[in-house]
Amino acid sequence: MTATLNLLVGVSLIYVAFLFAVAFAAERAAVRGRSGWLRTPLVYTLSLSIYCTAWTFYGAVGYAARSGMEYVTIYLGPSLVMIGWWWVLRKLVRIGRSQRVTSVADLISARYGKSNTLAIVVTIMAVVGVTPYIALQLQSVTLALSIFSGPADVDGNAGLNMQSAGFWVAAGLALFTVLFGTRNLNANERHDGVVIAIAVEAVVKLVALIAVGVFVVWGIAGGIGPMMAQIDASDLGTWQVDRSRWAALTVLSAAAFLCLPRMFQVLVVENDDERHVQIASWAFPVYLMLMSLFVVPIAVVGLDLLPAGSNPDLFVVSVPLAQGQTGLAVLSFLGGFSSATSMVIVATLALSTMVSNHVVMPIYLSVKPGGASKSGDVRNVILRARRLSILLIIALGYLYYVLSGGSGALAAIGLISFAGVAQFLPAMLGGIFWRGATRVGALSGLCLGFAIWVYASLLPSFGQGAVLPASFFEVGPWGIGWLRPYAFFGIEGMDPTVHAVFWSLLLNTSVFVVGSLLSFPKPLERLQGAQFVNVFDHSGQARGWHASVAASEDLMIMAQRILGAAEAQALFRAAALEQGMTGHLPEPNPAFLERLERELSASVGTATAHAMVSQMVGAASVSVEDLLAVADESAQMLEYSSQLEAKSTELSRTAGQLREANDKLTQLSVQKDAFLGQISHELRTPMTSIRAFSEILRDAEGLSVAEKTKYASIIHVEAIRLTRLLDDLLDLSVMENGQVSLNSATGRLEAVLDHALITTQASGDGRLRIVRHKTAADTALTTDMDRLGQVFINLITNAQKYCRAEAPQLEISVRAEPHTLAVEFRDNGTPIPDAARALIFEKFARAAEVEGSGAGLGLAICREIMARLGGDISHVPQASGNLFVVKLPREAALAAQ
Amino acid sequence: MARGPSSPVFLERRSYRRRRMQDAQRLLPVLGLVLWMVPVLWPSGDEAAPVRMSDAIYYVFGVWCVLIGLSAWLWRGLQRGEDALSEAARDP
Repeated sequence: MTATLNLLVGVSLIYVAFLFAVAFAAERAAVRGRSGWLRTPLVYTLSLSIYCTAWTFYGAVGYAARSGMEYVTIYLGPSLVMIGWWWVLRKLVRIGRSQRVTSVADLISARYGKSNTLAIVVTIMAVVGVTPYIALQLQSVTLALSIFSGPADVDGNAGLNMQSAGFWVAAGLALFTVLFGTRNLNANERHDGVVIAIAVEAVVKLVALIAVGVFVVWGIAGGIGPMMAQIDASDLGTWQVDRSRWAALTVLSAAAFLCLPRMFQVLVVENDDERHVQIASWAFPVYLMLMSLFVVPIAVVGLDLLPAGSNPDLFVVSVPLAQGQTGLAVLSFLGGFSSATSMVIVATLALSTMVSNHVVMPIYLSVKPGGASKSGDVRNVILRARRLSILLIIALGYLYYVLSGGSGALAAIGLISFAGVAQFLPAMLGGIFWRGATRVGALSGLCLGFAIWVYASLLPSFGQGAVLPASFFEVGPWGIGWLRPYAFFGIEGMDPTVHAVFWSLLLNTSVFVVGSLLSFPKPLERLQGAQFVNVFDHSGQARGWHASVAASEDLMIMAQRILGAAEAQALFRAAALEQGMTGHLPEPNPAFLERLERELSASVGTATAHAMVSQMVGAASVSVEDLLAVADESAQMLEYSSQLEAKSTELSRTAGQLREANDKLTQLSVQKDAFLGQISHELRTPMTSIRAFSEILRDAEGLSVAEKTKYASIIHVEAIRLTRLLDDLLDLSVMENGQVSLNSATGRLEAVLDHALITTQASGDGRLRIVRHKTAADTALTTDMDRLGQVFINLITNAQKYCRAEAPQLEISVRAEPHTLAVEFRDNGTPIPDAARALIFEKFARAAEVEGSGAGLGLAICREIMARLGGDISHVPQASGNLFVVKLPREAALAAQ
Repeated sequence: MARGPSSPVFLERRSYRRRRMQDAQRLLPVLGLVLWMVPVLWPSGDEAAPVRMSDAIYYVFGVWCVLIGLSAWLWRGLQRGEDALSEAARDP
């Protein structure tokens, strides 16, 4: 038989290599974006078949041989769940999609306010609960191998070393899982290669079991009729089912179907399209029915054909082998092998995701100073954590296998595992249907249910007296009778499995409900609760998860808005080139999306970028945490931008001031040029006449005395004019430079006016009639009397010179205002035109075409003087005539009193 | 199954049919559970007039086939209705 064993190992290795190739091809296709055929309803349905493990493949027949039709309950529960997909699965899948749930621990933790405590508890429970199950797979495969290796000797020792065989099977499974499950990290925790591989395995195990069944029914029994007659005639011929077990196991298998981490992985996490669930809702029950169809016939024929004492768990292999059908037996072995490998791979993948995400990473991030700086950093840590977790979980399974001695019936071990993970059910269903469910309730329910399961189901499974002392079972722990592991509250006679399931789930649910009613949830928890329970109100119609090129266009549009058109196009083109594509749009594969997200996050922040990209690509709705992170970022940006705004306002103000200063300088420069031009002109006119007349006096001969006198006096007058001009200029320049020294003295305004009038009348032609209104003129003031007089003289002289009225008249009045003293000079001459008014106080400005001897400096000097004295001089337009107002500060007047 | 206040009271015949099919889909697992729990009522083991195993197999697998058939039929019907609805929505 060793030759057969070698053949078997060879076939298994070839089979594994084939699976590897299939998975590898699928991964490659997924990377290239041609993953359409990878994600069909058929593949989804077949991937669900990891529910049918080696336990169901080998164990169901053994189960049937021992307990009749009871085995079928293990398939009835899942069938009901699938047929009733509308109630629970639909919601779970939608929540899984919209919340980017990666595992059952993630789901429960996310629902209850992202509580990591809860995630850790669920993870530990899942690891402990699934460990017996993995041991079960090792046991089935090694048992099947032992059949080929030869008959067991008298002591029941097979020709095969069970422990070392178990070790090599475990090592092989671990290697395969590490190679496949952790080849790459996907944000969605999806594994295209693995899914395809398990779909292929699903077909292999179905074909193998049906082949054995067909062989048994038509090859051995001779058709359906004789088969049924043989069944009725056998020991299993009548309906013998424990009623409580029938009901309890149906419920338990339904619960486990939803809660097993590996089932959650394929049902929810690997789900690509919600419509696939609808198809699987009838297609998967078909698969389950076919898997269980030939179980009873195989069991009956096995019991009939094989010697008493043969292990019924192995009838699937041993019946064809006993009939000399080695090929069929090998196929059957491969079927069981497929069941075991696919289960172990997916289960360890799901568990390792939970362990690394909820246990290793939080510890790593809190221990490592400075947190995660580079994304590549964390990536490697996660991958390493995953690989270690896989090895750890399979090692635990192997340890359980060695410790339990590989002895227990397969079905019993499987049910223990089911009862363990079923403890998630109240927290899970409560979480998605009841908004009032709280973290406290979930945590206490889970812990109590788990504790009861460990005490009443797991520990007794090692045997009475192995872990729990035998006295516990007889009189209860420390003599407390109502705490006996198989008879809680003194209710005896219940089947141990039913007992454990009933009490653990009942108390779990009760504590969960009461804890939820009594506690008050945190805000995040309440938000998450609303999002989970009302998930159909919040999330739109589901789209495929894999982004298509159409999504690339959306991404392009978004990226252009954020990065700018040219940069976005360059980025996309570069990515397309890297992917070996000719167009401008790359495939939105994970690498590209990650890069895009990084680019975007430089502009809009990490959280926002992630939310945007996943919204476009993943059809995942934005979670509350995302929103909070986005709000944080926006607040920071708002602050930053308001700072920028303040700075820019300041800058623009400074720029405005600079511009004003520049304008003023330019104006001054223009004024200076104009001033120089004026000066040279004003100086030249008298100079020209002086030169001309002096040349006449020098060169002309025969001039009469009268002529000489006339010319000399012209020269004299012009020289005086020059002197006056230079005096004025000097005066003005001194005043403009602020170098003038004021001789403040106290006097009376009237006296100043009188003096000015006397001075001007002496030089004037006497035509101007001066009218004085002596109202407030008699005011004392302290100022520079001479300068003020100069202003008055200037104004009166101007009136004398330029008033062209028939009877020129100048009215002088003094008005006292609250803060100022106004001296008004009103003449009845021609009003100064508007255009000229702005200029009359400028240097060398003379009103229009009036000829005169002034250089046009008078009013400019007046203005400067008044500015020095703290007052002001202005021209007020009148209907007829002109009004000059000299304003003096009232303080000057008051100070004198 | 409460509908919002804005939902119309009367539905077009096709939509009405569709909703009743959805109801049937929702009730199907209840039917399955009831039918599969019937064996609990059967006399078992040493009790009088035990049920024959072959009958039990025919019953359990028969229920399975009926449930699968109904489920697939409802799925097809709803699928067709959905296609028709989306086509109607596409036509102006």
